[in-house]
Amino acid sequence: MLVIGAGMVGAACAYYCADAGLRVAVVDRGAVAAGTTSGGEGNILVSDKEPGPELDLALLSNRLWRELGERHGADGFELQHKGGVVVARTPESAAGLAALVGAQRAHGIDVVDLTAGELTDLEPNLTRDVCAGALYPQDMQVQPMLAAAQLLRHARELGATVHTGTEVLGLTRGRDGRVTGAHTSAGEFPARWVINAAGTWGAEVAALAGVTVPVLPRRGFVLVTEPLPVVVRHKVYTADYVANVASGDASLETSVVVEGTQAGTVLIGASRERVGFDRTMSLRVLSRLAAQAVGLFPFLADVTLLRGYLGFRPYCPDHLPVIGPDPRAPGLVHACGHEGAGIGLSAATGHLITQSLTGSTPELDITPLRPDRFAEEVS
Amino acid sequence: MTFRFGDREIAVEPGQSIGAALLAAGYRSWRTTRHDGAPRGIFCGIGVCFDCLVTVNGRPNQRACVTEAHPGDRVEPQEGTGHAGLAC
Repeated sequence: MLVIGAGMVGAACAYYCADAGLRVAVVDRGAVAAGTTSGGEGNILVSDKEPGPELDLALLSNRLWRELGERHGADGFELQHKGGVVVARTPESAAGLAALVGAQRAHGIDVVDLTAGELTDLEPNLTRDVCAGALYPQDMQVQPMLAAAQLLRHARELGATVHTGTEVLGLTRGRDGRVTGAHTSAGEFPARWVINAAGTWGAEVAALAGVTVPVLPRRGFVLVTEPLPVVVRHKVYTADYVANVASGDASLETSVVVEGTQAGTVLIGASRERVGFDRTMSLRVLSRLAAQAVGLFPFLADVTLLRGYLGFRPYCPDHLPVIGPDPRAPGLVHACGHEGAGIGLSAATGHLITQSLTGSTPELDITPLRPDRFAEEVS
Repeated sequence: MTFRFGDREIAVEPGQSIGAALLAAGYRSWRTTRHDGAPRGIFCGIGVCFDCLVTVNGRPNQRACVTEAHPGDRVEPQEGTGHAGLAC
């Protein structure tokens, strides 16, 4: 099989398929993790998802990431079982959080209600201006580029080959119309299955097969502080973040997300806006993120920022990823459109695709994620 | 004109960087790394590598190579992140 895309999702597909005994080649026009993956933060979250297919996927992925850490060593991915803390700063926000927590708990999520005092015990540097919160012990974090590279390394140990700097120019079709591989800048790659793990560029790969998947870019900025000692213990974000993630609004939305990294830098997100593939730095967005972060963690006012970066989250109109074989183009299998959750959801994506290609029943029903669901909505 | 470095007065020309003045005064390193405590001083000299960090007037993580020295500045060698007080 041929995986198009050497980011986190492509790496997970390659790893699980190689582990199941399939012959795997991975191609990417750039370097490992150079596209969608490098613009993210490395979240493995259950906390920011409402009950539904995405939360089911997140729970499966959470278990699989734990298993990957046990099997290969957590340090190789900078996998940290740090837990997530959600902060409500107004009574309205606290009421919204309580409703979400109730629904998630009924769905099997491990979540602890926190009073204002308990919040600041867990996060001593947090503002005292808080109402209530919730602790999600299952939330984790990885260094996304390291994790993708590491998983590809393990896939290579299982026999996979990785070809960077290799651009897919077209897909080859059999007489029956089946996708049989790809023409690339480095020659032909015949394959029984072609996996579209092209992240934000997944729609372009689908178009090469003459099918549509409506994956579009949603731009997000992240600020990076100078290295610090441990100043933020969990992944901390405001309750408004969940509402912003679920929103389809094209205009700018920001809700603060703050987390430390193993390297010592603190990452400050998260903005979302639909502006196409515009890579222009926006001082307006960065200022807003910084101001919100200082509101949540006042000590940040005296900390220097080293840099900011941006990424394009691959989103679909219904905010669900596209996972599974495409009946409109037999031989083509999609694994893209994970929006801001691709790092976390990658393990389950690779696992479920492997199960569907090797003839076993997928552990989770992937029907809600099927690639042709959008056409049905239109008709 | 001079600035203070630890308990020494360092001579400085107008417009000179802290890093250049420290080199001229014979210093080769003035920071220790976060994990191994290894010595660091000027490496790239153009503000890119963040190896030559110092604490200037109480503000840590200033790049000595691109920070202009002003008379009366208090410059301290930096240990680790320079923000140990924030740890929780």
